Amino acid sequence: MLRELLATAQSLSDDIDFTAVKRWKESGRKAVGHMPTYVPRELIHAAGMLPVGITGGGASLEIIRGDAYFQSYICRIPRSTIELALSHRLDILDGMLFPSICDVIRNLSGMWSMLFPDRYVHYVDVPQNFDEAVGGRFWRRELETLRRDFEELAGTTITDDALRASIAVYNENRRAIRDLYRARSGRPWIFPMSESYLLLRAGNVLPPDEHTAMIREYLALAPSDSERRDQDRSRVVLSGMFCEQPPHGLVLTLERAGCYVVVDDFLIGLRWLQQDVSTSGDPLDNLVDAYLHHSAMSASRYAPEGDRGRWLVESVERNEAEGVVFCAPSFCDPALLDQPMLVAALDRKGIPHTEFKYSEDTGQFAVIREQAGTFSDSIRLWSEA
Amino acid sequence: MSSIRKEDSMLLQKQMISDHYDRLATAPEDGKKVVYTFVPGNLNELVRSFDLLPVLPEINALQSGMRKLSGEYIAEAEKHGHSEDVCTYVKCDIGMLKKGNIGPTGKRLPKPDLLLLSYTGCFTFLKWFELLREEYGDVPVAMLHVPYQANGRIEPHQRDYVVEQMRTEVIPKLEQVSGRAFDEERLREMLRLSARAEDDLVWTLESAKRTPSPIDAYFGGVYYIGPIFSAFRGTPEAVEYYAALRAEVQERLDAGLGPITPEGPMAREKYRLVVEGPPNWTSFREFWKMFYDEEAVVVASSYTKVGGLYDRGFRHDPDHPLETLADYCLGCYTNLGLPTRVELLERYIREYSADGFLINSVKSCNSFSVGQLMMLRRLEERTGVPGAFIESDLVDPRYFSAANIKNRIESYLQMLDQKRGGQAILPVRTGTIACPPPGAA
Ligand code: SF4
Ligand code: SF4
Repeated sequence: MLRELLATAQSLSDDIDFTAVKRWKESGRKAVGHMPTYVPRELIHAAGMLPVGITGGGASLEIIRGDAYFQSYICRIPRSTIELALSHRLDILDGMLFPSICDVIRNLSGMWSMLFPDRYVHYVDVPQNFDEAVGGRFWRRELETLRRDFEELAGTTITDDALRASIAVYNENRRAIRDLYRARSGRPWIFPMSESYLLLRAGNVLPPDEHTAMIREYLALAPSDSERRDQDRSRVVLSGMFCEQPPHGLVLTLERAGCYVVVDDFLIGLRWLQQDVSTSGDPLDNLVDAYLHHSAMSASRYAPEGDRGRWLVESVERNEAEGVVFCAPSFCDPALLDQPMLVAALDRKGIPHTEFKYSEDTGQFAVIREQAGTFSDSIRLWSEA
Repeated sequence: MSSIRKEDSMLLQKQMISDHYDRLATAPEDGKKVVYTFVPGNLNELVRSFDLLPVLPEINALQSGMRKLSGEYIAEAEKHGHSEDVCTYVKCDIGMLKKGNIGPTGKRLPKPDLLLLSYTGCFTFLKWFELLREEYGDVPVAMLHVPYQANGRIEPHQRDYVVEQMRTEVIPKLEQVSGRAFDEERLREMLRLSARAEDDLVWTLESAKRTPSPIDAYFGGVYYIGPIFSAFRGTPEAVEYYAALRAEVQERLDAGLGPITPEGPMAREKYRLVVEGPPNWTSFREFWKMFYDEEAVVVASSYTKVGGLYDRGFRHDPDHPLETLADYCLGCYTNLGLPTRVELLERYIREYSADGFLINSVKSCNSFSVGQLMMLRRLEERTGVPGAFIESDLVDPRYFSAANIKNRIESYLQMLDQKRGGQAILPVRTGTIACPPPGAA
């Protein structure tokens, strides 16, 4: 059962033809894609459409046309995403959202609207001001625009009740993901990251209630595998993977090199809102409030109070991790510009760290394995001493 | 005579800059407070209305590039753990700081009393000032988030958002740092001066519509935008500078003369080009020479619009001081969606009767560079004018390959020659500003 569930998650995760989305659309419903990180998926859902997380083409997609659109010094996710689109794999999407995460995704939104002038394209400009009367008001206006746009796209009205219901569905989903992370942090040998990787990725294409059910089932099944035993590995936090995805092999390599990844920022958009969103009162206001006050910290979000590394240090402490592995996509400005600040915060606390870069199609893991192995050994020795 | 007048404006600018850096060097003793901020979306009039002195780290970085110091500064930052992959302006600035923060005139720059994070058109700005905040310890930051013009138009709620941030975040922090109350009348006065200087800047840039162009709107243009994009917008010195510049360009125009280069006036204008993207600063002179040696003049450029798109009609409006500052921020070039950037460049190619256009794609700057290959194709399709694409960097000397770039430019110009088959090109004119047809001047 567990094996089958993971096989299903794996096939959803690997499927660059978006078969699950096609199935959803067979009954005449619509689907709206979005890049990482945060978009208010509740609004798409409340319009009866399927939110689809687009996170590039991974290692299996051969780039034929995409390279002609991007210089060599730009990360890989935009070129593989363009490749997906030009190979018609994204024709199933009725619209596409580009959240404000970096200049690459931002400019990609303009490229999209030039390439596909007949499709709905929207740049989702989340506020960097967290004052309710300022950033809050702005974000509410943006959400109102999205609501109107989705109503038009879906040919329906998004009632407040429908939106509240969708918020409840996503609260369930986020709760399940939080439970998954909590379980993993507690017993990573039973709930390894290499498996939650697949489960989270399945959430890119599954309707949220199905995704929630899948996670719940996994949480119930994994402990019954009697072969899963604690193996005295080092507990690490993985940081930097919030946008372009690492290949699955990279995560497996880290585990084989002796690391339990107890926390990460992988697909952070799925759990961007860190608490339940209220389901009573004005639903748009509730989404605004959640964004302003309960967002995850990430490199592209301004930290008004400063102390950028604090959340990482706290995460290390809360999860009793012994070190941090910075694992960022090559050429990723937000992650790589953030890193020196995070490193400094760790150094101040004497928390060990190591760093390397990847791209979604990294295929050689020998160096990473060696580096992570050495790191894992050294922090184990260090904590024993 | 025109070369004497040329020197007038050059000297004036040099003096303005050197006075400014002198004031900065003695700011701590003089009790003057200092605000660091960025070029796009800078609120210079507002800052100066509080008698605060602006420092623009991007300008320091480009100056370090021109003074051949950036390589060393970048290496210093990389030694401190900054990735080789990221924007070199940031690393150049951090490296300069680590090495004592000596500014372009050889004098030490004061620490910031406030970091005014005008987050306009570039995500790196956010990280840059977060990094500086960590470097300087307790410095307050005023964050001004300027929404992106994905559709190329300003929505009222976007303007409101920027204005509200000025009211609730920026002005209170400026008041706190300066110990002065906000003086709206003073701000209006400065905005009035801004608009006057802006008129003359636009006139100067548009003089390139004439054939031959009296200016180079890229290599010369970066000097022309210097005062208004940095610490001087809204000051009487800027008004004076732009009036002097205009008078000089008028003279060259009247005499039918071409642009002045470091090796003297250009005798002939063989190619008229539009350029997209920032220049390379570490080999700026060498880069420029590749153009003027081939008698190629840049008649319009997008880089000279990063600090404001005045030639599309925007002027600072003293009657609506905060709203006009908001519109200014929102309208800077790199804050515009790609389709709008393509439209703008298309207009330049047509209105300035360009024979060709060139994209200098810099490794540092995702804000400029992402999508430029597509812009190239779109512009070729829309104008029928062939484009060229070269790659370099702003201030990292490792990414300027002179031989490659020179080859590229030469073969591109040869291709333009072949295309016109020895005939002068008479491009379609769709411009709104009356000027004589090519060759008439
Ligand atoms: S990987 Fe980094 S640089 Fe690339 S699109 Fe994502 S956030 Fe932007
Ligand atoms: S990325 Fe571009 S716009 Fe941003 S700081 Fe660097 S050079 Fe300037």
